[in-house]
Amino acid sequence: MALAVEEIQKLADLARLEISAGEAADVSAKLSAIVGLVDQLAAVDTAAVRPMAHPLSRTQRLRPDTVTERDEHEAYQRNAPAVERGLYLVPKVIE
Amino acid sequence: MHEKTLAQLSGALGARAVSAVELTRAFLDRIEHFSELNSFITVTAERALEQAAAADARIAAGNSTALTGIPLAHKDIFCTAGVKTSCGSRMLDDFVSPYDAFVVERLAAAGAVMLGKTNMDEFAMGSSNETSYYGVARNPWDPARVPGGSSGGSAAAVAARLCCAATGTDTGGSVRQPAALSGVTGVKPTYGRVSRYGMIAFASSLDQAGTLTHTAEDAALLLEVIAGFDARDSTSLEEDVPPYSQLIDAPWERVTIGVPENFFEEGLDAGVAAAVHAALREYEKLGATLKSIRLANVHLSVPAYYVVAPAEASSNLSRFDGVRYGHRAADALGGGLARFYKRNRGEGFGAEVKRRILTGTYVLSAGYYDAYYLQAQKVRRLISDDFARAFAEVDMIAGPTTPTPAFRIGQKTGDPIAMYLNDIYTIGANLAGLPAMSIPCGFASGLPVGLQLIGPHFGEARLLNAAHQYQLATDWHLRAPAGYPPGFAE
Repeated sequence: MALAVEEIQKLADLARLEISAGEAADVSAKLSAIVGLVDQLAAVDTAAVRPMAHPLSRTQRLRPDTVTERDEHEAYQRNAPAVERGLYLVPKVIE
Repeated sequence: MHEKTLAQLSGALGARAVSAVELTRAFLDRIEHFSELNSFITVTAERALEQAAAADARIAAGNSTALTGIPLAHKDIFCTAGVKTSCGSRMLDDFVSPYDAFVVERLAAAGAVMLGKTNMDEFAMGSSNETSYYGVARNPWDPARVPGGSSGGSAAAVAARLCCAATGTDTGGSVRQPAALSGVTGVKPTYGRVSRYGMIAFASSLDQAGTLTHTAEDAALLLEVIAGFDARDSTSLEEDVPPYSQLIDAPWERVTIGVPENFFEEGLDAGVAAAVHAALREYEKLGATLKSIRLANVHLSVPAYYVVAPAEASSNLSRFDGVRYGHRAADALGGGLARFYKRNRGEGFGAEVKRRILTGTYVLSAGYYDAYYLQAQKVRRLISDDFARAFAEVDMIAGPTTPTPAFRIGQKTGDPIAMYLNDIYTIGANLAGLPAMSIPCGFASGLPVGLQLIGPHFGEARLLNAAHQYQLATDWHLRAPAGYPPGFAE
């Protein structure tokens, strides 16, 4: 099934990715090929099959609700592009 | 010295025939001399020599382990405290990790010396090391060819004797496939065997840390140090870790090896098939019984994987937004938040990564989720059940690791499907969470060929034992590429 360029742009929007006009045609062609590959799955009879999300059949391990982490924000924020008073700087969110 | 296996170097260090500092210097010199292979993104020379000096002190004090003083390399997907960790991507080009991955911690605690971080396909997405922001890594057997991927740098470094062992990760074959193409031994443990804490996530239900070494014995020595429970990884299992390095010498029981007929159909290079068949005959000489099996749904591995893995990747890579770390485009500000994210991610990610995120977004989107993602999860169950049924009849499964030997750089980059089909034999083990490994078993057109062994869950000891028996009877794993002459930096 082919994916049109408009559909690629919609997906890019959802994924918060920028796909330039120059890239879009190539991305559309390649993604269409990939979707063609995975379309093979449609022919498989899976009516009675339980989906498998994970190779392990275990339940989530829980731990006591106690504080175990230390405040290491200075170390973690060393990689931040823009920080002020321990806060990450981003574009204005609320208009 | 660089010709020797990890086990041999361990013996030499323990006997004080060589010091860890001498050994580390020799490997660092070699890395620099053969830098055209581009197998390292970061070389941590000063740190390595400090670690080596500490290792020598520990050996002298008599409290060393088998890995103390052993120079190895980490795939650049493992967080290493104070050291750049790029995951092969522009997105993390200036990221210096504030912590160590579990695998890194464990190997450091055992006294291993880290030479540096190896090259890899960007965010582990690739089968050739051609998607790396830092350029392609080259196959020492023929530098015009790929070493495989995504752990291409690790495989190439071990093959060229730039380190005696390296870590890798395997999500769809990314340890085993480069091991096969580069002529080394690659092991992917059972899902949950090795903690993923600090291992940058690609597809969380498939990712697993693994080893690239010359021998199964060396892999066993590494695995028994990195396997085990870690509370910081919620998928880490509380299974005891067997003493793998002792168990490789266990008496070779008469095992039944299942050979999937559907792994030998069209698409398999004749030279690869011949080398694999010869290896299977060798196993018969060693006392194994071969049994033809059919994994009825295994041909669906690639389509199922290319739904599940991109879906999980699209979720995992959403954290890379240029806010707390990672690439921030120069003109990211001044256009609102959505544009901010798009600029950072659009510039920070390469083409293959963007394609996979888009594929994942597509298969998870409303209206397509059932047809693709849910259907792929059901097919995953079918494939997993096929393996479970097979293991009721056979002890392990053997076949080719890859359909062809190493291909030329640039040969498959124009066609994603052709690239994806490199993993046709390896993906099944990731979908089912099974342990699997690749060992060198011969050559096709002068290039290495790998034999793949797949075992039931937590069957690593038996796989390593089987691989070791083969490596005692043959010497494919000891062959070194001609362009990387021994005797240098002795």
